[in-house]
Amino acid sequence: MLETSADGPFVTGKVRLVHAVGMHARPAVKLTKLAKRFQAQISVRASEAADWINAKSVAKVMALRAPRDSIIEIKAHGDDAEAAVAALIDLVATDFPDAGS
Amino acid sequence: MRADVAGLSFRGRTASIGFARGPFVRISASQNSVRVAGEPEDEVLALREAIESASEQIAELAAAAGGEAAQILEFQVALLEDEDFIDPIFATIGEGAAADKAWASALDEQIADYNAASDEYLQARSADLADLRDRVLRILRGGEKHAPKIAGGAVVCAEDLPPSRFLEIDWSPGGGLALLRGSPTSHVAMLARARGIPMVVQLGALPDAATALLDGESATLELDPGAEQITLFERRREAHRKSRASARAILRRPAATWRGERIRLLINIQRVEDLDHADAQYADGIGLMRTEFLLSAPGGMPDEETQYRAYDEVLRWADKKPVTIRTFDAGGDKPVAGFTPEGEANPFLGLRGLRLCLARPDLFKVQLRALARAAVRGNLKVMFPMVTVPAELEAARALFAEAVADLQAQGIATMLPELGIMVEVPAAAMAIGDFKASFFSIGSNDLAQYVLACDRSNGALGTLMDPLHPAVLELIVRTAEHGRRSGAPVSLCGDMASEPRCVPQLLYCGLRELSVNAPSLAQIKQTIDRLSRGGSGG
Repeated sequence: MLETSADGPFVTGKVRLVHAVGMHARPAVKLTKLAKRFQAQISVRASEAADWINAKSVAKVMALRAPRDSIIEIKAHGDDAEAAVAALIDLVATDFPDAGS
Repeated sequence: MRADVAGLSFRGRTASIGFARGPFVRISASQNSVRVAGEPEDEVLALREAIESASEQIAELAAAAGGEAAQILEFQVALLEDEDFIDPIFATIGEGAAADKAWASALDEQIADYNAASDEYLQARSADLADLRDRVLRILRGGEKHAPKIAGGAVVCAEDLPPSRFLEIDWSPGGGLALLRGSPTSHVAMLARARGIPMVVQLGALPDAATALLDGESATLELDPGAEQITLFERRREAHRKSRASARAILRRPAATWRGERIRLLINIQRVEDLDHADAQYADGIGLMRTEFLLSAPGGMPDEETQYRAYDEVLRWADKKPVTIRTFDAGGDKPVAGFTPEGEANPFLGLRGLRLCLARPDLFKVQLRALARAAVRGNLKVMFPMVTVPAELEAARALFAEAVADLQAQGIATMLPELGIMVEVPAAAMAIGDFKASFFSIGSNDLAQYVLACDRSNGALGTLMDPLHPAVLELIVRTAEHGRRSGAPVSLCGDMASEPRCVPQLLYCGLRELSVNAPSLAQIKQTIDRLSRGGSGG
């Protein structure tokens, strides 16, 4: 979905975290690795927390402490923002598969 | 001190079984040497270089170790590449802090944060962070490229041991791990079990010593042992080796038989990860998959998809072998917040097992839908716990049929699996012929508790609480006989089945199917093999 804000246009998306143990080390590493492949600035937050954090920081993503079934929101702006949000949603929705990462 | 004085003995908790005898080598996680700090720009450069060599070292370790160990180390590499994490450390160095101090205090802050987490998994990650902290500090302070080599075969003692240090030690000549703190669920414990390295944790304070005996079976560490202690230790080690070797050889044989009849040996699992046990593959199937673990995951009641995935994973593992999944057995000594009733005067005689599920059809339906979908994926059987009268089985069957019809109306592939009951309420065992179940599974823990009127968690009743009491055995015989007459298979999945001393009685009672814990599978198969060859049993 395309929205606009003071920072300019950004793309947002939501996905439910289905991973059995929540956002722990292995999923956090996969998520940040994938985020770093994009130029866009990408932020995530869990369960409508006040703060958005950098999706490219493993320390911050781990600090979300997002449990299973929490809703992960993703927003991005930059040239490949749309592709970035789609890729990250797919990663979380497919439960962080091993192949291709 | 006299030379013939027996050495000191310490007890901890087992993290990995096995035996080790060798020099006692203490390693400390962090050195106390202090660096002399240079100008801020030198300090920035020093830390940048240290982080780079640490990254290389970890990558090398990960490549050499592969598999699970590599995944564990990947988190450390990711952290070193995390600008949001690293940049503030460089900023404090720019303001005049020494490289090692700035690094250590940033990591200590994170470690404290993880230690404060309520989640055991996150707490265990603090060891990974301490590992990373110490590696970079070693490089900064000592300039040493690698940790000092430890003589092979040693009993290594540390406060706690991070995975990367474990991997740096050459374990090929044997050896063992004795940790003052540590946890059986840590990454390093997983690595030790995978390598067959004995490991005992939570030993508390230990004095220095020259030699040590580590017994991972009884969770003991003996320091500077006397000759007699060594003899006893070697005897235990030999007995363990022999029984393990012969039990494992028997495990690989196709089937256990007794008096010419096939004895099926299945395993009980608490959660999906239990299938990782090396012996699980030799089981004839899964006799009991508990599902309560799904209820204790963070995030409350598990949805249909989460449950389906867990069941499907087990069915895929089992391939064509049978898998018996038990519906939620909460209540009694297994309370679940938001599900089980509070304030019951006597929860063991209260709303538990199937009683509770029938009282909460909204939640129960979700599980039945997930099971109905899983049923088309393999050889699934479903059993209900804590059934007292046939009407409960029929009510559950009706709910199940509804769930199947709903899903089929949506075009989703489903089927009604074979339905059976746990026999654990004495009334059900007495009136066993009234139940139209496809199979029966005797829950001997609860059955004995109810027959003997003994709370099984009350240690003061130890000797009264005897599952081999004739009254308990009579109900087992009754159930087995009914199975034989009606053609419905009968198994037993309580702790009795995993106890070699109980196995002969269970066979004499007429049981031909036992479901045991995976670590007991080899021993129970060996026990049956001895019995069938006329031995007196385990």
